[in-house]
Amino acid sequence: MSPAGTDLTELPAHALADLYARGEASAVEATGAHLERIRTTDDVLHAFLTVADEQALADARAVDAARARGEPLGPLAGVPLALKDVLVTKGLRTTAGSKILEEFRPPYDATVVERLRRAGVVVLGKTNMDEFAMGSSTENSGFGTTRNPWDPDRVPGGSSGGSAAAVAAGQATLGIGTDTGGSIRQPAALCGIVGIKPTYGLVSRYGLIAFASSLDQVGPLAREVRDAALLLEAVAGHDPMDSTSIADAPTDFTSHLDRGVAGMRIGVVKEMFPEGGAEPGVLARVREAVDRLERLGARVEECSLPSFEYALSAYYLIAPAEASSNLARYDGVRWGLRIKDPTDVVDMMQRTRQAGFGAEVKRRIMLGTYALSAGYYDAYYGQAQKARTLVLREFQAAFERFDLLAGPTSPTVAFPIGARVDDPLAMYLSDVFTIPVNLAGNAAVTVPAGLVDGLPVGLQLIAPVLGEATMLRAAYAFEQDRGVVERPGVSRGEVRS
Amino acid sequence: MTASVEETAVRHYETVIGIETHLELATASKMFCACPSTFGAEPNTQVCPVCLGEPGSLPVTNSRAVEYAVRIGLALNCRIAERSQFHRKNYFYPDMPKNYQISQYDEPLCVGGWLDVDVDGEPRRIGITRVHLEEDTGKSLHVGATGRIHGADYSLVDYNRAGIPLVEIVSEPDMRSAEEARAYAEELRAVLATLGVSDVKLEEGSMRFDVNISIRPVGHAEFGTKVELKNLNSLRSLYRAVGYEAERQRRVLADGGRLTQETRHWDEGHGRTEPMRSKEYATDYRYFPEPDLVPIEALPAWVEEVRQTLPVLPAERRRALADATGLGAKEVGWLSRDPEVLAYFEQVVAGAGGKAPRDPKVVATWVMGELQHSLREFEHVMADNPVGPERLGELLDLVAAGTVSATAAKDVLAELFTTEAAPTTVVERKGLAQISDASALTAVVDRVVADNPDLVAKYRGGKQGVLGNLVGQVMRETKGRANPKLVTDLLRRRLD
Repeated sequence: MSPAGTDLTELPAHALADLYARGEASAVEATGAHLERIRTTDDVLHAFLTVADEQALADARAVDAARARGEPLGPLAGVPLALKDVLVTKGLRTTAGSKILEEFRPPYDATVVERLRRAGVVVLGKTNMDEFAMGSSTENSGFGTTRNPWDPDRVPGGSSGGSAAAVAAGQATLGIGTDTGGSIRQPAALCGIVGIKPTYGLVSRYGLIAFASSLDQVGPLAREVRDAALLLEAVAGHDPMDSTSIADAPTDFTSHLDRGVAGMRIGVVKEMFPEGGAEPGVLARVREAVDRLERLGARVEECSLPSFEYALSAYYLIAPAEASSNLARYDGVRWGLRIKDPTDVVDMMQRTRQAGFGAEVKRRIMLGTYALSAGYYDAYYGQAQKARTLVLREFQAAFERFDLLAGPTSPTVAFPIGARVDDPLAMYLSDVFTIPVNLAGNAAVTVPAGLVDGLPVGLQLIAPVLGEATMLRAAYAFEQDRGVVERPGVSRGEVRS
Repeated sequence: MTASVEETAVRHYETVIGIETHLELATASKMFCACPSTFGAEPNTQVCPVCLGEPGSLPVTNSRAVEYAVRIGLALNCRIAERSQFHRKNYFYPDMPKNYQISQYDEPLCVGGWLDVDVDGEPRRIGITRVHLEEDTGKSLHVGATGRIHGADYSLVDYNRAGIPLVEIVSEPDMRSAEEARAYAEELRAVLATLGVSDVKLEEGSMRFDVNISIRPVGHAEFGTKVELKNLNSLRSLYRAVGYEAERQRRVLADGGRLTQETRHWDEGHGRTEPMRSKEYATDYRYFPEPDLVPIEALPAWVEEVRQTLPVLPAERRRALADATGLGAKEVGWLSRDPEVLAYFEQVVAGAGGKAPRDPKVVATWVMGELQHSLREFEHVMADNPVGPERLGELLDLVAAGTVSATAAKDVLAELFTTEAAPTTVVERKGLAQISDASALTAVVDRVVADNPDLVAKYRGGKQGVLGNLVGQVMRETKGRANPKLVTDLLRRRLD
């Protein structure tokens, strides 16, 4: 049925929807094409931990049948999606990238998963990630590293590296990731796609396996801004099961997408262009991107957020502190791994955690435990909360002058696999430009801004709380004006092993 | 003569007691999820992803539990914080699904109140430090020789209790004796029962006490080394444990020993406290604000609304009861201890609509005495008392009217426990009606006088006291049915 020569794995969701509506392609065909792409490319990329092919095809058939009956369907009905393995799926293995949950089959669906199913989105499977979302390369996965579709010797970024690589490589039209310190934006930038970190509380966290509760947020990954906006519309909105979910938040992100940036005030954050702190090629692409926005009518000015300097340190106290508590429940008592023949309950808990957690997770549990300990709380956790408040206030002040802030998403392009595994601090610096947004709880998007030496660079646009619509309007204007859509080699069948 | 150890110790040390009370709230659902909170269901049947701490699940605060805690805070004269916060209390224990407990730390819901209690007729004011909300843990069953987690062959966990709303009420260290500790616990229980926020069942664990106890030389402001007592499942064990522990601490010091800060377990069977393995209790809970919950906002207008719905509290009720009945403090205290007893008493006094109220003193005597005796004998409690207030009232009316003697009325009351008949019916059926007809008694009086010439002679010789003996004989002859006053009159008339 599909028009001759059309590769369904290369189409954006809104184009797939048009084909479905005209009867020129079916959800089953599109799902089959994506599953085939996974079969031919995932031996190398290793983006998926679990492929739910039978369930995906059944869901696609159900969408096609509903369409045949003339039932009203949403814009994403029948669109294939890659789901980060940190969102629980009823009966479908959910690992959070950890050996400690290797055979965990959750008893319920995350709210985001329920909403995707209600929208008719076809979940192809669960994607690889850094263990418990702790990392920036997927190298911390308990189940092997995901490779970057642009260069399989390089990392895809992380922690949502599996979803980002899958979307970049055409294994899925859309992806869902989570962003605690940059885990959607950084891999999206390194894989040359669009990724949104929504305002904290816009998308429900119910069913998201927690890393750092006050920072975690679910968000979309897509090859185009419109697709990302559509996916955000599908999953956003108040959830009574999540106390931190915002009531009455706006959930229309597509109606005004094409209104342009004329008159928009954009602040270029000085601290995001540090001498020697970022690759010159990356900064050059981002400066060009800012110039483009100015040409399109935005009023661009430099601004300074000095507290950015403290953000990384504050983050690496707050996030591990929360993680040390969130991960306490993995003890072998109720679910997941339990070591054999324990001598007593303490031995069971200790050895289960020793065997089940990877090195980075253990490092952060220890960091967080220390930061919360009696006598150290004020100096570490307490101080970090003050720095967090400072970052928040500076953002608020900046957004009195600007509609959006701009800078690079990542200080570097995708780095070689193994380059940073032995240097945690170097790895932590991957998120230096994304972390402040998580601390302040506002929104940001990364959008492809060209290549450096054949590797993608992302432009990050940062919006105030619930400023998604404006932010996506600017991202869309930028993307449409740039026109070219660079695609990685893997999508052209050039997979090296 | 030198004073004994005990005498020396008692003279030189005073006991300092503070009590932490844990109370399960009687809300329909749990603290942070929609699971039912009923007691006694099959293990692990009242659970869901939230109270099991399943990965990804999130808590949502039960607003009814907040309201109940505010009711408690207001009844204990606390200030209700406009903004309070949940914290996580981190420690590993298998019956805690998340290995942290959601509790409150430095921003509790209610702070700085007091409770007035009565200790043997003396009023005492006990300070309340705070009242806060938290979730209960599951229950472990350790199978093995010790029955404790260490040395168990295996352990089973029931998570039905995990997530049940708990309120912790922390008193100031204002109590100085086991009597005061018991009076506080008793008054607190009465207040909580009146508020209707909990079923306050100590035996089912819905109300539990942890007692902090230390001793210090009289006159010293500094506190001594504190010992925490656990496993106090009744007011009786609370009283005994405090008495034992204070005495133990005095002996340790008197013997030149030193006290260690520790947690001790009350062994009810042996009547003593024993140290608990320190390993079972971590010391650093690494409290931090619970990021999954937003702060509790208790707006003043809402708090006022809650205040308007508070019932009359026991102390005020006791005052009102004393004023209305003229009963002494002891009777008032006894009757108000259990709201069910009090309600029963008041219903008997009030009687049916339109009638004059019954004599509270008579009613109190019967409710506290013969009714309790019969309840014990027939293995009933007030809650399932088969003799309703109407029937007891009716019986007392028969006594007051002289239809039945007080002695016979006791038999009627016992009979009411096994039949649903009205007291009049029982009196008729058993032929217990009092004989107040002089003609019916004349023959018996004549016979007794004829059979006791010695006594008659003594009486006529001026020994009036023997009359009682003669009256008693007539009563015996009539199986207690004769009206004693009438019998006395008849005897006098016959002998004088």
